[in-house]
Amino acid sequence: MDPVGEVLARSAAVSISATLIAVAIGIPVGTALALARLPGRRSVAAVVNTGMAVPTVVVGVLVALLLWRSGPLGGLELIYTLRGMVIAQVLIATPLIAGITMAALQALPPDLPDELRGLGANRRQTVVRLWLEARVPLLAAAMAGFGHAVSEVGAATVVGGNIHGQTQVMTTAIVEGVGRGDFTAAIAYAAVLLALAFAINALLTSVQQRGSSWARS
Amino acid sequence: MTRGPVILIAALVIGGLGLADCGGDGGGEPRSDNAHRATILATTTSTRDSGLLDVLVPDFERGSECQVKTLAVGSGDALKLGERGDADVLLVHSPAAEEAFMRGRHGASRLAVMHNDFVIVGPPSDPAGIAGAVDAPAALRRIARTREPFISRADDSGTNAKELDLWETAGVRPRGARYVETGQGMGETLTIASQKRGYTLSDRGTFLATKNLDAKILVEGGAALRNLYHVIVVRHEGTNSGCAKAFSSWITGSAAQRTISRFGVARYGEPLFFADAPR
Repeated sequence: MDPVGEVLARSAAVSISATLIAVAIGIPVGTALALARLPGRRSVAAVVNTGMAVPTVVVGVLVALLLWRSGPLGGLELIYTLRGMVIAQVLIATPLIAGITMAALQALPPDLPDELRGLGANRRQTVVRLWLEARVPLLAAAMAGFGHAVSEVGAATVVGGNIHGQTQVMTTAIVEGVGRGDFTAAIAYAAVLLALAFAINALLTSVQQRGSSWARS
Repeated sequence: MTRGPVILIAALVIGGLGLADCGGDGGGEPRSDNAHRATILATTTSTRDSGLLDVLVPDFERGSECQVKTLAVGSGDALKLGERGDADVLLVHSPAAEEAFMRGRHGASRLAVMHNDFVIVGPPSDPAGIAGAVDAPAALRRIARTREPFISRADDSGTNAKELDLWETAGVRPRGARYVETGQGMGETLTIASQKRGYTLSDRGTFLATKNLDAKILVEGGAALRNLYHVIVVRHEGTNSGCAKAFSSWITGSAAQRTISRFGVARYGEPLFFADAPR
């Protein structure tokens, strides 16, 4: 196993990247599903909600099938790279973020969008105002996405390959430690992973809770 | 929507992709020249779990332009990766399957690298009494007769192929709850065997390197338990054959062969592998 600092840096880089991209995709998609009156909206919403329940290893296998050299995107040489792992984790985190975003916006008072438009807000201003109203659950969506991405092991193994010095991340290092019967190392890596998750979530929680007390006053 | 949110989304995506490159992944920019493309080495869990590859691969990379990605999978899976061209070079230990691979014209070359041996391990109390068996098949017959549990890799690995061979020679094959199929790597299977107080077949290196086992070597030695490793250069459109050939001739060369012979002596008091390449 690689030194814990390197592995930690890799885990943080991959999962934070994936979360940023998933937020960029998931929040607009969730918003569209909550607000737009489009045909087929319910089916798409059902697909997004199902996406929250897809095992990460299934996502990993699908991504690997595409990225393997023998696969359709093999020429990109993304298999067994951190970028490939980011792609898999984006697919894992996005449905979660989109689903929570949709639920959060639908939980706002149903008349709110019309009222905002009545006050003269254009479409963009309406959406931004609604995001601000729902910022507490939206940050929860980002935290859930990050938590799902950083804690998953299935896709990281299949797409990343747990390559020493290159794509080994915290979860795959823990599995390798268990495989070798080296439970001391596995638990040490697990403690460090928990510390990373705590640090990121403490940061997001402080932003989130500051927002909520401001809203109450 | 006007431009504001679009710019925000673009910034998040670009920031995310940029961050991914900070993780120290050397393979970010694919280049067209052969040497700088990643070379995928598909090998067995036993060579990785023993720590041998963590020594050999950086040595090779220092002396060449090639960057190696080492995938530790079973020999069966490694050969399948090779067949599809998803790996460039294989270091495997499943001779019958390797010969079939070469007959199928999937390999450009196949050279002997090293050997060690398989051992039958089991609970220190040895409830089946296999410690005095004449050979491995006789030991397996005793395990079957005494209805003690046997833990099988059942993962199409080289070790699994050897195990099935030995049962064939023994002329028996336990079925049902006494024959536990894990579908996992050697280290995991040894842990399960130790916890279930069962017997299993392991390569010596992984048995020595796996910690927290309550098990010991009960049967060893004999030609039937020899574990041969070969390096195969994959023949397939689109593989990095330059680096694959370089790796193959490097690992069978004298410097690497010396490293292999010395590996593990300091930690285990005995070598884990014996160099085999003709000099």
